[in-house]
Amino acid sequence: MPTVSMTVNGKPVSGEVEARTLLVQFLRENLRLTGTHVGCDTSQCGACVVHVDGIAAKSCTTLALQCEGAKITTIEGLAEPGGKLHPMQEAFREHHGLQCGYCTPGMIMAALDIVRRNGNDLDEHTIREQLDGNLCRCTGYHNIVKAIAAGAKAMA
Amino acid sequence: MSATGIGAAVRRKEDIRFITGKGQYTDDVVRPGEARAVFVRSPHARARIKGIDASEARKMPGVIGVLTGAELASDKIGNLICGWMIHSKDGSPMKMAPHPALAAATVNHVGDAVAVVIAETQAQGRDAAEKVKVDYEVLPAVTDPAKAKSGPQIHELAPKNTIYEWSLGDAKATEAAFASAQHVTKLDIVNNRLAPNAIEPRAALAEYDAGTDHLTLWNTSQNPHVARLVISAFIGIAPEHKLRVIAPDVGGGFGSKIFIYPEEVVCLWAARKVQRPVKWVAERTESFVTDAHGRDHVTHAEIALDLNGKILGLRARTVANLGAYMSTFSSSVPTYLYATLLSGQYDIPHIYCEVDAVYTNTVPVDAYRGAGRPEATFVVERLVEVAAREMGLDPADLRKRNFIKSFPHQTPVIMAYDAGDYNASLKKAMEIADVKSFGKRKRESARHGKLRGIGYSTYIEACGIAPSQAVGSLGAGVGLWESAEVRVNPTGTVEVLTGSHAHGQGHETTFAQLVSERLGIPFDNVSIVHGDTDKVQFGMGTYGSRSGAVGMSAIVKALDKVEAKAKKVAAHMLEAAEGDIEFKDGKFTVAGTDKSAAFGDVALNAYIAHKFSGQELEPGLKETSFYDPTNFTFPAGCHICEVEVDRDTGKAEIVNWTAVDDFGTVINPMIVEGQVHGGIAQGVGQALLEGVVYDKDGQLVSGSFMDYTMPRAHDLPSFNVETTMTRSPSNPLGIKGCGEAGAIAAPAAVINAITDAIGSEQVPMPATANAVWSALQKATPRQAA
Repeated sequence: MPTVSMTVNGKPVSGEVEARTLLVQFLRENLRLTGTHVGCDTSQCGACVVHVDGIAAKSCTTLALQCEGAKITTIEGLAEPGGKLHPMQEAFREHHGLQCGYCTPGMIMAALDIVRRNGNDLDEHTIREQLDGNLCRCTGYHNIVKAIAAGAKAMA
Repeated sequence: MSATGIGAAVRRKEDIRFITGKGQYTDDVVRPGEARAVFVRSPHARARIKGIDASEARKMPGVIGVLTGAELASDKIGNLICGWMIHSKDGSPMKMAPHPALAAATVNHVGDAVAVVIAETQAQGRDAAEKVKVDYEVLPAVTDPAKAKSGPQIHELAPKNTIYEWSLGDAKATEAAFASAQHVTKLDIVNNRLAPNAIEPRAALAEYDAGTDHLTLWNTSQNPHVARLVISAFIGIAPEHKLRVIAPDVGGGFGSKIFIYPEEVVCLWAARKVQRPVKWVAERTESFVTDAHGRDHVTHAEIALDLNGKILGLRARTVANLGAYMSTFSSSVPTYLYATLLSGQYDIPHIYCEVDAVYTNTVPVDAYRGAGRPEATFVVERLVEVAAREMGLDPADLRKRNFIKSFPHQTPVIMAYDAGDYNASLKKAMEIADVKSFGKRKRESARHGKLRGIGYSTYIEACGIAPSQAVGSLGAGVGLWESAEVRVNPTGTVEVLTGSHAHGQGHETTFAQLVSERLGIPFDNVSIVHGDTDKVQFGMGTYGSRSGAVGMSAIVKALDKVEAKAKKVAAHMLEAAEGDIEFKDGKFTVAGTDKSAAFGDVALNAYIAHKFSGQELEPGLKETSFYDPTNFTFPAGCHICEVEVDRDTGKAEIVNWTAVDDFGTVINPMIVEGQVHGGIAQGVGQALLEGVVYDKDGQLVSGSFMDYTMPRAHDLPSFNVETTMTRSPSNPLGIKGCGEAGAIAAPAAVINAITDAIGSEQVPMPATANAVWSALQKATPRQAA
């Protein structure tokens, strides 16, 4: 089996994978970073969103071998080492932007990418349009939208 | 109100682990030596299994074993069951067909499992599953409930595919009411089939400990104790005391994770057979073809009114599709959770309802958020709205004219409503929605080429389904009480063990709010324990908006006992009579003195037991309660939806949503609002976007998120959510429950708004752009007033 090496949440890691091993499997099974979830297998729900070299990607449809040498950030890599939460994480909690929590890691990672693309002053319409790749069945999105707007402001 | 007590919008305890990726869902649990289960599923809607050849699959790399339905049968593993007995009008019991966890003789829906591959990895399991050769003789199938009775017979014991022909109410009296009516409104309604689609797919992990002959099952369950009971008592996998069921973090349920499914049974059976832990995680398409679907009713309904718009009677005839097998609580949904709510918020003297439940070659149908009550609300609220339009009356006025105004109110369909103020929620909703200026907004929309419509839904639901004696008399196989155990530690911190189960509802927060307020101890000193049959003695789980009304009431009862015992301890400590001890704000005081002891000191003294003799008073401070309510609760409210319809494309956009709900006492308004938001989204999904589609051969056309339209952020507006309050008299906290309201109220509000906008009542659900455009071609849009 080939070996793949990458940096995950600032730490160099490597492991043997099959050619068909997905990035999400490598993260969850090899590295035991289970905060990244699989909800649909077809790139529709976004529970698996991580950042590959700073850009949001769906890890359920990315091969681990494609990420050779890449810098990966997962939900586990957002808070500061001392435990201080990222402002976007804080915003989701403050605005009740999660219920069951399953879509949440992907939502937060996608939210950060919305901020990267559009800046810190986000209107409701922009957030709703750009959340197209993430499904939530619990919240009706109302509080997720509020959380992202607030989190984006707090990041400025 | 304290910052963390009842009524405070406390931020959730559970969020820290979820926002940092530290949640522990079933698929996150890994056991040493874990193998993976991959199911071989029927590609046909109906077929006879002539043979299974797994010889090639068994030789594939990583394969530990291939197990079939024949082996399951020879190991005498019992069938899955439906636990609610319904009798037909003629007194005969419902026709429950055998439902083996792996089919051995026939398959009855696409996705029916026939074999399972146990392999080292999931990929190896999938490779091998493709090599299992199943020889099928394909048989004709039926999927449309309206055609089920004349379709090919699916189960030997159910002629005409009929499970039961049930009725509720007085047919003759209702007939007479209709005969005397000045106006009758008639509607044909299809309540579309939905896929629940919790974002966490179902999963199961089973482990067998040969040393102790114990099995442990981690699974995505809303009610682990009921799962253990059914798997033990009916399916016979293991005796109850040798089976532990753990439902850790669960990523949404909406009803679909109440039920006992084939996959968890097979994982348990296989774990013992192969002597390895066995895990199964559904892929999304497996979710679509195995998770119990919701709704799927075909109904003809009529309402009779006098000249003044007073409702005289209501009748409905419904065919309910229960799918290929009877799921765990399926029989109760189109009967006691549906027809009993056909009185809505209205004083209707006569109601009669007939329900025929049928088998079809589709995924089993069972409770999905609201379960029967959305179907009832849709019937009632569409009838009332259309009747008002036909009679030239204002829909809000017609509702007001018929509202129940005094309580208790006995409806003609079992329910005794105990408290409510329907006018208050309607009035408040109309103010917030600014109904007065609707005409102005409609004219403004018209200037932009859009048709604007407004729709009401004044719904009622019955939640906290209880008491046990009452539901038993209606056919329930279990009691519907709840248990709680309050363990006070010697240091004064508290664990509460509850039989409720959270899968997004935030019980770790709301239950702690109750305990913190009641015992006067810091919120952070309270932990809520749930979801493990080895920790919590028994519980009925979470569904039917029952955890506040029933689950928290059990905690209140246990807290009463803790306080009573602690007073005895405090009396010894303070050398006073027990009757003189008062407890307030975490302090025990001798009445009329300044002698007091803090809660923590009393807890410590209960355990060190130095101040009293063990013969006089038992040491320790831990109390248990099993609480059975006195009645259902009746949350109710008014939702108002405003839409704009594009004349050219038929696309309906929701431009304003107002919800005013009466949930009784609210523990945490932030969480309650969140529950309402999510419910509305699912109701709007049903009304505008979602629909399970089978083709004529029984193939599921909508089998992935690329085919089944889930509501996305840009499909929905922000919601205006408010409450009114009448206490529920049936539980000590006055809670009514909030989990399902949005899903119950929303579909009728949306369709009432669209039909108002376009001037035609012929709009199906989901009201896609195509459906609305087609209806528009035959309609005359109403003019702005």
